[in-house]
Amino acid sequence: MKQTNFILALLLITCLSCAQQVESEIKVESPASLNYTTEIIVPDMNIPWGMAFLPDGSMLITEKSGELIHFKNGEKIKIGGLPEIYVRGQGGFMDIKLHPDYTNNGWIYFSYASSEGEGDGGNTAIMRAKLNANTLIEKQVLYKANPNTTKGQHFGSRIEFDNEGFLYFSIGERGERDINPQDITRDCGKIYRLYDDGRIPGDNPFINSPNAKKAIYSYGHRNPQGMLKNPETGEIWVHEHGPQGGDEINIIQKGKNFGWPLISYGINYDGTSFTDLTSKEGMEQPLFYWIPSIAPSGFAFVTSDKYPDWNGNLLVGSLKFQYLERLVLENGKVIKREKLFDKIGRVRDVVQAPDGYIYVAVEGKGILKIVPKN
Amino acid sequence: MKSTVLSLLISLLMIATGFSQSESLKNSFERGKTIYTDFCVTCHLPNGEGVKDVNPPLAKSDYLIKNREASIRGIKFGQQGELTVNGKKYNSIMAPMGLSDNEVADVMNYITNSWGNKNDKMITKEEVTKIKK
Repeated sequence: MKQTNFILALLLITCLSCAQQVESEIKVESPASLNYTTEIIVPDMNIPWGMAFLPDGSMLITEKSGELIHFKNGEKIKIGGLPEIYVRGQGGFMDIKLHPDYTNNGWIYFSYASSEGEGDGGNTAIMRAKLNANTLIEKQVLYKANPNTTKGQHFGSRIEFDNEGFLYFSIGERGERDINPQDITRDCGKIYRLYDDGRIPGDNPFINSPNAKKAIYSYGHRNPQGMLKNPETGEIWVHEHGPQGGDEINIIQKGKNFGWPLISYGINYDGTSFTDLTSKEGMEQPLFYWIPSIAPSGFAFVTSDKYPDWNGNLLVGSLKFQYLERLVLENGKVIKREKLFDKIGRVRDVVQAPDGYIYVAVEGKGILKIVPKN
Repeated sequence: MKSTVLSLLISLLMIATGFSQSESLKNSFERGKTIYTDFCVTCHLPNGEGVKDVNPPLAKSDYLIKNREASIRGIKFGQQGELTVNGKKYNSIMAPMGLSDNEVADVMNYITNSWGNKNDKMITKEEVTKIKK
């Protein structure tokens, strides 16, 4: 009997030490009724990574392979004068964003993998430039993460501005989980904040920390590929890829540690565990986490009157399951998740454009517009 | 006598070549494993099982073994459109990874000799270089 108990206890311990994962409490559902459909606006694109809308209604689209497309009057114009782009693994030409005062200053911001700087390989760079006669001019590199590496993972690279005009961007941990994200003297696995011209704000959180990368605003991130300004609160929100399980939505706060990889709801791809902790003092909890992972990319907050039943909702692209996810928030919590346009393809980006419509960038397809049925 | 020495020499040479080929396959396999962990594992998973209906399996994949050239081309230049693996249709997109020809050969040697796959003819850089878009 004693022995049976012992064996039972042993079995229990063995099971507990396996990496167990519990699915997200809020499960994704198919919509009961959907009032919208999609129509293709820009066809024939490979990996449209980012998009921005110019005041004349035309569109700038990045192709990860290293092209910038100006889509105007139904025509694709290839923009010249791009910086040299390091295309490898998940890296290439990535996000694009207009300055909030673009109409007056003409600045366009974008992120790309670059092999400039220390070491073999590449790392994420942020550049601004202006558009003149289908060419980029006045190019300025505002930030370049170092050192370079030939690893293929986690370039991050979404760009956003807050209400005060500060520039935020993400750089993923570049496949160095145990080296980069928790070390503020190293690049990668961070959210950065700069003035729009690349200067480092004097009140950045680590400005007085010895050897710190002074542009860091928050750390302990894995690979954020979605970033938005919450129009209701002005906060910068990101979502980031987890490993197997544990993708997260985080509200960025100055100087805070978001815990990767010391705390995580995810496990290794081979099913083993790398941490027992999902929370720890001094580390931030996500607003929401996905188990299983959806591989989130692109992030939008719906305010447009074109979609009254989606007002105040979040939209997130799923690369893995190939749909657009709608998340309903209530009192700062996700209370409902919906799978929109199932099997549409790998959704890389989603943007609510100045015309009030939502546009979705889909790999292997192009740019789709979400329109009311009929 | 002379012929005995000659045949002995030839057999020694054959053993040596065999040995060096298996050594170089082993090295290529090890390098390929690192590349797999870096570039492929996210979608194809650690045991090459893929993701149901989304990313085709590499483990015991009839496509991989029967379509050696197309597999190399897919890794080298990217893959798009419908393909059938083990009787199931997939229609996704794999971006070109920006791997060198050496690295494509290494990762091919890894995936064609893992998880129940077996490939007797080692893939070389030269073979990869010859394959065009």
